[in-house]
Amino acid sequence: MSLRRPAKNQPENFEFNSSSLDAANKIISKYPEGKQQSAVMALLYIAQRQNANWIPLAAMKYIAKFLGMPYIKVYEVATFYTMYNLSPVGKHFIQVCTTTPCMIRGASKLVEACKEKISENECELSNDKNCSWMEVECLGACVNAPMMQINDDYYEDLDKEKTLKILDQILKGETPKPGSYRGRINNEPENNRKTLMDYKNA
Amino acid sequence: MLKDQDRIFKNLYNDMGSDVVSSQRRGDWVNTKEITDKGRDWIINEIKDSQLRGRGGAGFPTGLKWSFAPKEIGSRPHYLVINGDESEPGTCKDRDILRFEPHKLIEGCLIASYAVQAHVCYIYIRGEYFVDGQKLQAAIDEAYEKKLLGKNAAGTGWDLDIYIHYGAGAYICGEETALLESIEGKKGQPRLKPPFPALIGLYGCPTIINNVETIAVVPTILRRGGKWFASLGREKNTGTKIFCISGNVNTPCNVEEEMNIPLKELIEVHAGGVIGGWDNLQAVIPGGSSMPLIPKEKCETLTMDFDSLMAEKSGLGTAGIVVINKDQDIIKCMARIARFYKHESCGQCTPCREGSGWMWRMLERMAKGDATKDEVDMLGDVTNQIAGHTICAFGEGSSWPVQGLLRHFKKEIENRNNLDPIVQKKNNIPYLVDQHLLDKKNA
Repeated sequence: MSLRRPAKNQPENFEFNSSSLDAANKIISKYPEGKQQSAVMALLYIAQRQNANWIPLAAMKYIAKFLGMPYIKVYEVATFYTMYNLSPVGKHFIQVCTTTPCMIRGASKLVEACKEKISENECELSNDKNCSWMEVECLGACVNAPMMQINDDYYEDLDKEKTLKILDQILKGETPKPGSYRGRINNEPENNRKTLMDYKNA
Repeated sequence: MLKDQDRIFKNLYNDMGSDVVSSQRRGDWVNTKEITDKGRDWIINEIKDSQLRGRGGAGFPTGLKWSFAPKEIGSRPHYLVINGDESEPGTCKDRDILRFEPHKLIEGCLIASYAVQAHVCYIYIRGEYFVDGQKLQAAIDEAYEKKLLGKNAAGTGWDLDIYIHYGAGAYICGEETALLESIEGKKGQPRLKPPFPALIGLYGCPTIINNVETIAVVPTILRRGGKWFASLGREKNTGTKIFCISGNVNTPCNVEEEMNIPLKELIEVHAGGVIGGWDNLQAVIPGGSSMPLIPKEKCETLTMDFDSLMAEKSGLGTAGIVVINKDQDIIKCMARIARFYKHESCGQCTPCREGSGWMWRMLERMAKGDATKDEVDMLGDVTNQIAGHTICAFGEGSSWPVQGLLRHFKKEIENRNNLDPIVQKKNNIPYLVDQHLLDKKNA
């Protein structure tokens, strides 16, 4: 299990803004009547997006009231799933995969790059308070290893140099292009494709 | 090598676009009505004839699973749930289906929902695949627009709604009952079986759960016939499969190939060979991190299907092949996998919650050479106390890779760790756990 603790400094109040409310009501309608508890995961995401990428305890209480379920049940869900950030993270949140398939292709170099550019320790804000990074478990892009995720986007086929460049762009406030950084098309074998050639050349 | 016309996922590398028009050009959504008109029994029998086995790891026969759904809808509605919580290290096949072949999946959902009489289908996607999930959502919206979903979907007379439910970074939610708990808005902790989800599943209703790849191949099987699918591969291990080849190879890739293909062919032909040549190969994890590794000697002749890998005391799993060459420290690789399982244990069963961390700490020490001689056997003992003593298969999944390491690389661990045991004197006090305290005078 992973140890997860809520942040020490918590805001007093939380409320959905109007666009979050619309999104929340739309999601509740996906589930059968009386089963609105199913929407709790999606609502936590909405709260996370609205509140600068992390979920305060006040948001959990608000969602519990919103869905008519006990607060402790929301708290359980928020602390169980690792994608809910319980303390502030950077506006640009960088997650480096270091599980075995990425590790044997040099994920530690990506970690080094993050240490150089962002902060010495993981889950620590950078000097400009805009970025933070952490090591995560398999992100499911193993044939594009090593890779990292910045907010929603995947950056694949990296090495230390390319990572430093991407992080520089992020720190400058630019958005680097997601996808493979060796110029290959998706998951095809690079310069070695032997299947579906007619479709490639069509 | 499999002929291109026998490949099901022709847009695996997105040469043609994933929108509905180009999917229709590839043969999706053509005559869906004709298939459903042949009736439920025909569909289920055809899938049984094709001997399709689930692509999510366990390899359960799909036709058989569908036949477990109640024949008539009773007081409770039926549900179809698609498992797209792909989190097994080494596996990234479902992601490509979600983003490049979404219409194969959606059409498969319609046919499967018709076969098991479900009017609602939930597709559970891991939270990290948010961008890919958005692409699937766009395809679903397209399908609604073209009347391929909703009331009288694709003219079949069957009503179907498909909703996406995002996970939030829990590997365990790939276990089917944990996935149901997660959709219900709870912690993803697996349920005891029986009752099986086919009778009591989502919201207590009959539920059929299938992997993304399993459902996405269904329309093609029904169009070309179960016999065609069964003619590929070998008996009970039929059809095609997407293999993900990652790790120390020259061109890591996803490729769709026939079942029972030699492992060496996959690595040498598609993945461009092992870095440093075939002789530099150390071991291969054949089916995602939870399957025991296979040493080089056996890789020469190994063929990739469920039963032949089972004979090698490993498994096909999700067909995520991780190639490890001799430049890597094999103990360190396995210690990292053990750390993954320690992180992902849901904490419900004590043997798994405590044991996964125990295995990780021991392996970390063994990688550094800080363990004592007797700990090697103790590690094996710990794995045996986890496997088979937990509610779900996570216990096996976390202990099998360690058992595989002990089976094939025990010498390597022993050579590196030759410290003497802490307990030197044998004290005949069986109930006293901390025997080493007796060695200290002041204790």
